[in-house]
Amino acid sequence: MPHQHEKIAAPATESNNRLIGALRSFLPPESVLADAEDLHPFECDGLAVYRQLPMAVVLPETIQQVQKIMQLCHAHQVPVVARGAGTGLSGGALPLSDGVLLSLAKFKNILHVDPHNGMATVQPGVRNQAISEAAAAFGLYYAPDPSSQIACTIGGNVAENSGGVHCLKYGLTVHNILMLKVVTMEGELLTIGAETLDSPGYDLLALMTGSEGMLGIIVEVTVKLLPRPERAQVVLAAFDDVEKAGKAVGAIIAAGIIPAGLEMMDKPAIRAAEDFVHAGYPRDAEAILLCELDGTNAEVSEYILAVRKILNGSGATEVRTAADEAERQLFWKGRKSAFPAVGRISPDYYCMDGTIPRHQLPRVLRRIGEMSKESGLAVANVFHAGDGNLHPLILFDANREGELHRAEELGRRILELCVEVGGTITGEHGVGIEKIDAMCTQFRGAELNQFHAVKAAFDPAGLLNPGKAVPTLHRCAEFGAMHVHHGQLPHPELERF
Amino acid sequence: MPVSDISAALKQQVMDALQDATPLDILGSGSKSFLGHARHEMQIDVSSNRGIVEYDPSELVLTARCGTTLQEIEAALDEASQMLAFEPPHFGSNATLGGTIACGLSGPRRPYSGSARDFVLGCKLLNGHGEILSFGGQVMKNVAGYDVSRLMAGAFGTLGILLEVSLKVLPRPPASITVARECSPAEAIASMSALLGKPYPVDGACYHGDKCYVRISGSAQAVREARNKIPGDEIPDADALWHALREHELPFFGGHLRNGNGALYRIMVKPAAAPLHIEGSWLLDWGGAQRWLYSDEDIGTIRHRVKLAGGYVSMFRNDARDNSRMDQTEVFEPLSPPLLKLHHRIKAGFDPKNIFNRGRMYADL
Repeated sequence: MPHQHEKIAAPATESNNRLIGALRSFLPPESVLADAEDLHPFECDGLAVYRQLPMAVVLPETIQQVQKIMQLCHAHQVPVVARGAGTGLSGGALPLSDGVLLSLAKFKNILHVDPHNGMATVQPGVRNQAISEAAAAFGLYYAPDPSSQIACTIGGNVAENSGGVHCLKYGLTVHNILMLKVVTMEGELLTIGAETLDSPGYDLLALMTGSEGMLGIIVEVTVKLLPRPERAQVVLAAFDDVEKAGKAVGAIIAAGIIPAGLEMMDKPAIRAAEDFVHAGYPRDAEAILLCELDGTNAEVSEYILAVRKILNGSGATEVRTAADEAERQLFWKGRKSAFPAVGRISPDYYCMDGTIPRHQLPRVLRRIGEMSKESGLAVANVFHAGDGNLHPLILFDANREGELHRAEELGRRILELCVEVGGTITGEHGVGIEKIDAMCTQFRGAELNQFHAVKAAFDPAGLLNPGKAVPTLHRCAEFGAMHVHHGQLPHPELERF
Repeated sequence: MPVSDISAALKQQVMDALQDATPLDILGSGSKSFLGHARHEMQIDVSSNRGIVEYDPSELVLTARCGTTLQEIEAALDEASQMLAFEPPHFGSNATLGGTIACGLSGPRRPYSGSARDFVLGCKLLNGHGEILSFGGQVMKNVAGYDVSRLMAGAFGTLGILLEVSLKVLPRPPASITVARECSPAEAIASMSALLGKPYPVDGACYHGDKCYVRISGSAQAVREARNKIPGDEIPDADALWHALREHELPFFGGHLRNGNGALYRIMVKPAAAPLHIEGSWLLDWGGAQRWLYSDEDIGTIRHRVKLAGGYVSMFRNDARDNSRMDQTEVFEPLSPPLLKLHHRIKAGFDPKNIFNRGRMYADL
């Protein structure tokens, strides 16, 4: 996370003007934006501390237009950044001052729902939730449910390999898509994957998913649809000790139960959420677990009994099964409102996204507590406990001198801790521009070089979203030097790309 | 079982081969050597790089060196009542983890639980620069960097030597039964694809010998409940059936040995696709999404017909055929020119001197 500063668009050059003219020659006037006031809505994504006006924004509506845009940009050697709904949390869709921002907002048609084969083909600008809505008539749904699912688009979900609260049982985006249509930087249209369960050749679908707009522009997505479970039920358990809650999670899984969702919140997060939405959470608990079971009616009843027994046996101070659907929704509302709830009690917060092996949770939470004290900044933790994805929320006030910097520093130390215990710097939010330096902690030069080779195979000119997701070795060398200087940037005036 | 890490020795062999770009044939147990093209003289034997490195059942993750046999891995999982949910075929008693992932094959549970690649979480890879690299990890959610680990699944070793793989594992369902009923292929396809859209705990559906078989697995309650909704009679010794299907040990798969001609084709279509009119004998698995065909028809004709139905074809076994590159027929479905170009670039990015399993998947790749 950088110190907030806004940059103005690069001065218009003759070459840029020629490109904009060429774009206007085949796109409708309202689909090519180049005036500063029109560009402002596109200056950031969901991570608003990074802002940058692009040289131009284009809003094509056909695949042929996308191909032509890419061919033109390639010919002019102008970088391209793709954008869906702009809800990303790592600055992956941050524009470049000398680049074109390609918005897929006009690609919002659901092309085909095929209930017989359990799939749907949609344009990339379709909202995540709209797919499930369209499939509902057939008793089907699209499983990945990132918290932004009302607004985020499927194209962005593929670019980030988005998760949600049901990942442990139903997987991430990569497990729930079949086929993509992709336009390369050179303007070529590729079909990746197939409408069949497997596809010939290398698994490029896996490479494209989570590639953060670095490998191609996604212009069509075929997703898998699953039958909606007959019944879902949730159990809430309170603990007087975080460690006991962590052990209960392990005990549920060791018993052979795969919950549809298994979420943990610590005391600061519980209190913030309870004060905000009155979900009925016990305010004095050190931790709560929400365990959702889904499946057939009898299966859910059987597992609810088993889970209640395990929770009681793990030292829960209270175990409550939602009395009805309304209470189930309320229990979830508390969890899903955790971020905005924390936003109410602190002027600013910084959301981290590490993943850790589940058994390391007690150690990691203890260390985060210690580091929080050292930095003088409070931390609230919400945790996708089933799959080890931890979201520490660092509370700070950007208007107080030095607090943003301290929050960044604490965040960096938390990510290093995640890597140290065998985890990763990002579970579902992506690297983008935010965690580009943390990549140097997670990977060595040889792996980063291999990533660059993958990038070069798709985009030899290096014009797709350059500077994001994978740092150059040069950058990591500089980042290493920053450690020596106790986090003081050697050149604070420079952009941190 | 002996445990050994021979990655340093393997790295040296790769460095030596790189000197004069000697093509290397990566060899585990050789159980899947019938798949794909081309053998090279120089082999690199990875089967003694073995041993389970880490397995904690409550983490649902197992990490093992790639020469470890599937048998050993499945025995360890079984002790904790867990399983490899993609139900991999072994095709040989010493089948290794590396070969299983490299070939990317999955068994009858695949449409319901996911494929081999779906369960890959991380890998250690020896690439064509002689570097040992780590990608992914031992956690379920990880979006740092490109998903190189899953790229290795089904790449047939052409991008490097898998040294170690971490897999997500799942609890074994406590109860399972199989029901069977006689019907036509068209009826079987209709009912199997309809089941894919129902929230029942089905984890296997196949059609052979005029019968449609459906496996129902889950909690005892769930199985009992679903049993009443799915037509058919419960069969005895169901495990043997699914095992024989997975391992191609059903009499159907021995057909070519008796006739001496014809080949076994693996045909991927959308599960609800109507029966394909290609002369030969058929077995349907994966709820209709994977169809096996023994046929004497020309592969070009088969590919054409399957393509019209929106699917694709691999030649899976052909004992009569010369497996080397002398035979120019592509075993795997040919790629479109832009995709093939991209494959070559990716291959060059991992293995610039083209030493690993050259030509195994596609000519020169």
